[in-house]
Amino acid sequence: MLQRLSTFLYQRPRLVLALLLGPPMLYMVVVYLGSLFILLINSFYYLEEFTGLIVREFTLRTYAQIFEPANRDIFVRTAGMAAAVTVADALIAFPLGYYIAKFASPRLKTWLIIAVTLPLWSSYLVRVYAWKLILAQEGILSWFINLLHLDGALNWLLSLPGIGGSSLALSPIGMFIVFVYIWLPYMIIPIQTALERVPASLLEASSDLGARPFQTFRTVILPLAFPGVVAGSIFTFSLTLGDFIVPLSLGNSKFFIGQAVYSYQGTAGNIPLAAAMTMGPVVIMIIYLLIARKLGAFDAL
Amino acid sequence: MTSQTQPAIRFENVSKYFGNVRAVEQANLEIRDGEFFSLLGPSGSGKTTCLRMIAGFETPSSGHIYLYGQDVSNLPPYERDVNTVFQDYALFPHMSVGDNIAYGLMVKGVPKPERIKRVDEMLELVQLAGYADRKPSQLSGGQRQRVALARALINHPKVLLLDEPLGALDLKLRQQMQVELKAIQKRVGITFIFVTHDQEEALTMSDRIAVFNEGKIVQVGTPAEIYEHPATAFVAGFVGTSNLVDGEIAKRITGRETRFSIRPEKIHMGPADTKIEADSYSADGVVRDVVYLGLYTRYLVELSGGGDLVVVEQNLKTTSMDVLKVKGQPVRLHWKKEHIREVGGS
Repeated sequence: MLQRLSTFLYQRPRLVLALLLGPPMLYMVVVYLGSLFILLINSFYYLEEFTGLIVREFTLRTYAQIFEPANRDIFVRTAGMAAAVTVADALIAFPLGYYIAKFASPRLKTWLIIAVTLPLWSSYLVRVYAWKLILAQEGILSWFINLLHLDGALNWLLSLPGIGGSSLALSPIGMFIVFVYIWLPYMIIPIQTALERVPASLLEASSDLGARPFQTFRTVILPLAFPGVVAGSIFTFSLTLGDFIVPLSLGNSKFFIGQAVYSYQGTAGNIPLAAAMTMGPVVIMIIYLLIARKLGAFDAL
Repeated sequence: MTSQTQPAIRFENVSKYFGNVRAVEQANLEIRDGEFFSLLGPSGSGKTTCLRMIAGFETPSSGHIYLYGQDVSNLPPYERDVNTVFQDYALFPHMSVGDNIAYGLMVKGVPKPERIKRVDEMLELVQLAGYADRKPSQLSGGQRQRVALARALINHPKVLLLDEPLGALDLKLRQQMQVELKAIQKRVGITFIFVTHDQEEALTMSDRIAVFNEGKIVQVGTPAEIYEHPATAFVAGFVGTSNLVDGEIAKRITGRETRFSIRPEKIHMGPADTKIEADSYSADGVVRDVVYLGLYTRYLVELSGGGDLVVVEQNLKTTSMDVLKVKGQPVRLHWKKEHIREVGGS
């Protein structure tokens, strides 16, 4: 019986493929793309301000609201933060990824990868709250900075317009620190994977042909690791764009996209505007990926 | 120029240890200017480590390496006038063929117009004119091999190192590349140091060969010297096939117990009543096995007093039908006394 079934399936490879791919495809199309599609449709409705009811007819009125100064500022602020976090994560992750991929012994490599991913085992909410305590006015970081007699520098930093605040926890600087920390593993792993795939003989060949270590880095290592950096930046950039927990817990009262979406769809009941604002990061990411493709980030894939 | 009278490469008591593992022990070697020199040995014999020490990827644990008289033992690769063709070619996948070849000039800051001119010359040399804009991934194995060669030669290195560069090619292409490599070496006049585990390749291409075994250089000489006068039993067995005879059997044949080697193609096989000349040795036996190989036939002959000898005979007049009939027949083997080589311990 079982044998006849195997023979039956063996002779029909297309059926096997359909059976294998069917359920995940169904999930992808219905749940994943379907919800995005509903989001897209909702973003073309609008909220009637007097009645507080959603008018279900096609309009671009909601999208026009995004370009009102208050909402535009939210976009600029969030994209700026996402870009800053991405750059900082790339700068921190590259040396780490390089070390793990090219220098660490197999044993050490295992331990380092566990160490890098270890924070992901605990709830992200818990870690954000932990950072809130660390960064608080009376928190351990302030205490440590005082110990080093660097409180002057901290106060100067917090007095800077735009990124400063009354304490680290209540300033964009604090948010930046927490974002960089939270998304760092998502940058390290792709970079490490990309570097892992660069054969040692390429580095030897470069050096053999007369390139000094920095030249090798610039002309061989960096271009070959670039797809990894782009992959990592897709994570750090989009995760920062959409996050609402960190801006809710830390920083000042100025809104980020995730926070705005959260409040529009919640208390304000303005689903269309929430949907339109969600499409914002989607569009930003599409533009970002197009630029990355233009730069040749996916050539090596 | 004094550099012409100096050896291209000189090893002076070079040893290399990886932790406790000895890769190369007390190697002494001189490679002459303009030579095609092969480092031959089984894997793990230290030949590749020697090449990597010349390139600068490894530094000797002790001893010195001289490049035209200059001590380069501890210089980094980018400060040595030596270039390498890697076993896996190591072409930069993100660069075009032209950029790969121009890489050495680019890092030295040679202006672009000259780079383009010299890349074209190199492509001409390796018969890939017009391929400058392709990506390495669009090339066949043989073409990649040529690009790797062009990339290494564009710097006009004093010495070119080749690390089993033909290993990944199929037999036909391999034989074609052997001839071509040799021709290119003649044209550019650069010292080539060639690592291989293929004795036939080494014999075909080299001016001289160093045979490696277990981290030691066991013999250095021309292909003919190595083949005809193997210094040790290892060389006799590794380069070509050889019959090794010692102890009782050796004594019965030569009258002495000293171990000797005899090449299978030097042995003649005749009927059991063949008359033996005074200048020859002989041994009687029975043909146990016959392997017909087209061009020649290999026989395994079991000697009547124990032991066996491999004999190779060209199929000049015989067919497969003829040679297979010999199996089980008693035969008399004989060979000129001068063809045996008495060989030492290992």
